[in-house]
Amino acid sequence: MQIGDILEMVATDPGAMPDMEAWAKQTRHELLEARDEGGKYRFFIKKTH
Amino acid sequence: MASEPENDRPRRLALISSKGTLDWAYPPFILASAAASMDWEVAIFFTFYGLPLLKKELDAKVSPLGNPAMPMKMPFGSEGFQNINWPMPNILMANIPGFESAATGLMKKMFKNKGVATVEELREACVDMDVRLIGCQMTMDVFGFKKEDFIDAAEIGGAATFLAYAADADVSLFV
Repeated sequence: MQIGDILEMVATDPGAMPDMEAWAKQTRHELLEARDEGGKYRFFIKKTH
Repeated sequence: MASEPENDRPRRLALISSKGTLDWAYPPFILASAAASMDWEVAIFFTFYGLPLLKKELDAKVSPLGNPAMPMKMPFGSEGFQNINWPMPNILMANIPGFESAATGLMKKMFKNKGVATVEELREACVDMDVRLIGCQMTMDVFGFKKEDFIDAAEIGGAATFLAYAADADVSLFV
């Protein structure tokens, strides 16, 4: 992945919501969106470094 | 809530893994791989019964003994059936031949059903992310392990090695 690229990630684990927030904070990548789709959780993460 | 790292030094996690059963193999490898995925530096020090988790072929099993409150769940049947906690009295577990392998099989199946990675997969992820896996020299001497018994990524060290690493750790845990 290049800087500025966006990764779309789908999880089925409800714990992914707080986990991805914490992960983005720690790694300083940008969590653009975290979507609860009822049983599925979709994330858009921008690579910042 | 997670705090942000204060400077450019990566955060550091120091783990001691002292238990070698299948259930207790999970926490160190899960924490280590999660921390490494957050760009933390991680080392796991494998000591006593945790040491066999470095063996080339993992054969970790569930031991219900010493886990007296361990409920069993069935990885098949209806949702209601799967949600039942089956209490397992120690006297029963200790006396039924093959109970350990049955319990191990059930737990592996349950983890697979829930989409949880195997211990082997988690360990591989740790190796790929440069987690330091340190085997305890003293335990090797006591139980008769050789470095060749372990995966190539394993290093050997003693208490001083771990302490020197843990001295600068942000999180240290004994599992």
